[in-house]
Amino acid sequence: MRARMATALLSLAGVFLALYLELHKLGVIGPLACGTGGCEAVQFSSYSRVFGVDVPVIGIAGYGTLFVLSLVSLQRPADERWPALLRWLALGGVLFTVYLTCIELFVLQTICRWCVGSAVIITLVCLAAWLGPRRAGAPGDE
Amino acid sequence: MAAAPSGVKNFYYLLGCLAIAGVLGIGYLLLRRPPVSIPANVTIQVSDTSGFHGYYMGSDSAPLTVTEYADYECPACQQFMVVQMPTIEERLIRTGRVRWRYRDFPLDQHRQSRVAAHAAACASEQNKYWEMNQRIYAWEPEWPFKRDASGIFRDYARALGLDLAKYDACMSSARYAGRIEAGRLEGQAAGVESTPTFMINNRLYPGGGSVHYDMLKSLLDSLQAKPAK
Repeated sequence: MRARMATALLSLAGVFLALYLELHKLGVIGPLACGTGGCEAVQFSSYSRVFGVDVPVIGIAGYGTLFVLSLVSLQRPADERWPALLRWLALGGVLFTVYLTCIELFVLQTICRWCVGSAVIITLVCLAAWLGPRRAGAPGDE
Repeated sequence: MAAAPSGVKNFYYLLGCLAIAGVLGIGYLLLRRPPVSIPANVTIQVSDTSGFHGYYMGSDSAPLTVTEYADYECPACQQFMVVQMPTIEERLIRTGRVRWRYRDFPLDQHRQSRVAAHAAACASEQNKYWEMNQRIYAWEPEWPFKRDASGIFRDYARALGLDLAKYDACMSSARYAGRIEAGRLEGQAAGVESTPTFMINNRLYPGGGSVHYDMLKSLLDSLQAKPAK
């Protein structure tokens, strides 16, 4: 159960992080608090949209879904479908993040600290989802 | 067995705190909008474009002209102007090898970049454009994070010895709003998508990291090594 709590908290943090990046992109909150010049270069590169959708919007949707799945998993501990969905979605999130990080490192050759923050969050969500018990109440759960 | 009820309670308490902190943080960012603005939706007058093609530095007989499309509030532009520009200016511009052309390319998401560009334009009226450009890009103090940076720009104007009455009149008139927008449109027509982007020999070089002293020097050397046709 602690693993689900962790995924819920981390996913909610991810929602706010992605929302912050999207609001910046929309031009409603001014500059990003970013120590290096990398954030803007990444946020406004041609890779910042996937199939016409802003990457932060995908982040909001993805983290939001992970958050909901975490809460549902907590509420329905006997149902194994929700944790399974959570695990595979988190894994998809990690793979998408690996793709974006490769773009940053090898194409744009710059790093956005907020993207690093998001990469850390999704990795932790994925680890908690996969390494935690498959369902609440299973052996090893508290 | 599942976590103790107190553990669940603590979890929801923590979740609530995180949600409130997030909402408050986003709300604060949305509400701290700068009151001073230079309009973007201006009608560009002939006077905004005729005879004005940007701010130049260096000899007009230099073999190479570099056009920089930049935004004062863009961190990559700031990094470039602070880290690269002094060397480029000293070794390439002042030696007559490169002529620099600066064009404003204010990005929509930067609330104060037009104000900054306008402050620099007002300084140009008093022949202090590059001095003001340098001050603004120094980001000291970090004006992009202030609610209203116009007071900081006025402090720069004072420090540079500008006639403040003229500077204030210029700023309140927003007379260079059209010129700033014309710079952005010029960049857009040339294919500029991000800042800073440089144009050298009609080729665009996006990104601050792609243009630096060594790159410009190599380009100059290769141009000069080409046999005359």
